[in-house]
Amino acid sequence: MTQLFGRPQGLTDVLQRYCPGCGHGIVHRIIGDLLVKLDIRERAVGIAPVGCSVFADEYFNCDMIQPPHGRGPAVSTGIKRARPDSFVFSYQGDGDLAAIGTAEIVHAAARNENITIIFINNAIFGMTGGQLAPTTLPGMKSTTSVQGRDVKKHGYPIKICELLAGLDGPYYLVRTAVNTPKHVINTEKAIKTAFVNQIENKGFSMVEILSMCPTNWGLTPIQSKKWIDDKMIKYFPLGEYRNRAKEEK
Amino acid sequence: MYGNHAIVEGVIAAGCRFFAGYPITPQNEIPELMSIRMNEIGGVFIQTESEIAAINMLFGAAAAGKRAMTSSSSPGISLMQEGISYIAGADIPVLVVNVVRGGPGLGNIAPAQSDYYQATKGGGHGDYFTITLAPNSAQELYEFPKLAFELAEKYRNPALILADGLLGQMMEPVEFTYEAVDPDTLPEPSYALSGCKGRERRVVRSYDLKPGKLEEMNWQRLKKYRKIQEAEQRFEATACDDADLVIIAYGTCARVCDAAVRIAHAKGQKVGLLRPITLWPFPNKIMADMSKKIKNFLVVEMNMGQMIDDVRLATECRSKIHFHGRPGGGVPTPPEIYEKIQTILGGAR
Repeated sequence: MTQLFGRPQGLTDVLQRYCPGCGHGIVHRIIGDLLVKLDIRERAVGIAPVGCSVFADEYFNCDMIQPPHGRGPAVSTGIKRARPDSFVFSYQGDGDLAAIGTAEIVHAAARNENITIIFINNAIFGMTGGQLAPTTLPGMKSTTSVQGRDVKKHGYPIKICELLAGLDGPYYLVRTAVNTPKHVINTEKAIKTAFVNQIENKGFSMVEILSMCPTNWGLTPIQSKKWIDDKMIKYFPLGEYRNRAKEEK
Repeated sequence: MYGNHAIVEGVIAAGCRFFAGYPITPQNEIPELMSIRMNEIGGVFIQTESEIAAINMLFGAAAAGKRAMTSSSSPGISLMQEGISYIAGADIPVLVVNVVRGGPGLGNIAPAQSDYYQATKGGGHGDYFTITLAPNSAQELYEFPKLAFELAEKYRNPALILADGLLGQMMEPVEFTYEAVDPDTLPEPSYALSGCKGRERRVVRSYDLKPGKLEEMNWQRLKKYRKIQEAEQRFEATACDDADLVIIAYGTCARVCDAAVRIAHAKGQKVGLLRPITLWPFPNKIMADMSKKIKNFLVVEMNMGQMIDDVRLATECRSKIHFHGRPGGGVPTPPEIYEKIQTILGGAR
């Protein structure tokens, strides 16, 4: 019997503790797959954030480090500069990257560090129980904005791709989603491009991925997928915000 | 050479090829010279966006198995405490140099010893200690980075060098006393994140959420701390036998007290000087021994009185503990300390 589908060698054989309908598992699988397909697993060092995906250090089958909240890009810089032959990817959520780690992501991008950032944007703090994130949509309810995000009180969401695209430094910035098969395929293409950029020493690549959080959105998994199409993509448009490979052509 | 420049040469001679840091007075000569020297020898120099980024870059570089260091001054070291706590919790060796200035807050840029508590009691959140060396000359600023890396790696623990603005800015002759370490000859540490080719994958982290596991990890770490306290207490004792009074001071204060002790000796008074070189582990064994016969200790610090707590604990209050302190960037003078000696010995008669 031929096995057509199975767990990629880039993921460990352990139970992933994510909620039903969560997008992390999809992105983990894509990364685990690419670590093997691009033959980089054995020189990879992954960075697990603080948040739901803190356990990524148990899930990716490669060397892993778990740094302080938001400091992934700085730790990545340290590893990559100390060992330029390593492959370094930092997996971060929206609290980690767009709130507490804003300085680190901006400056790593400005330096065009040769690292890859996987940025999961689900518009909410997951691990801590659904508080307002820097990416929570206007009007969206959270446990610290129970009436919904009031931009007069809470300010506006931060669009990280657009923000970083204001810098000369970064090589590749793209926003994708994982709510439909088509979007998942595009996400895989984007992460592959981002990984190959690092392999070819092109510099800083970030893939921002709009991802479902049914638990903290108070929606079913199916409603959550639709909510991304109906609400999130309208505020956070998908597409490439920087692709210097195309500019150079 | 400048004390700050001596640190740079000491760090490079110790085989360190990774520096990340953010400008702050009075240690700017370190990153300035480091940027030139690292460029010359093919090392890494990164001027970071903050001290937070700097300490986390160290975390990455050291977890990747390389010798890595940063330098800063008091407010910057405060910003690094989160990172130092994670590094201590992950048992990773790094070197942090604190050229201490007056505090709290922005304070001033004058020399101070007011970060003693922060350096020796952990500094950040959680149960941990950092090995802390206190140089008192440009020569030691050159020599201690190598010692600090060796201790840090031996025990897999962050190490601090606690200098101050005066030591950093002072010019003194420095003798290059040892052969420079070739970083390529350093073995790859067992924890190094170097890619899992041909081995099990490695994970560097400070957390464990499984019930009871963190407690177990911390008890293990306590064993390490006890071992360090047992084996690594360093100090310099001058004229302490038969002294009527022993002064306890480190760093710049020890230099000033040395001059005061010489005034006392010239007048035939029996005054000794005990200089802690490791502030953590604190040299409490020698102090416990001394306290059995020395009746008076005088603790001199450039702060409101921090090390004096450790002296009281070490001597179990068997002796009389006097204090002379200068907080907020004040530096005591030899006559000032000699006056204190006179008061104590006069009163003791």
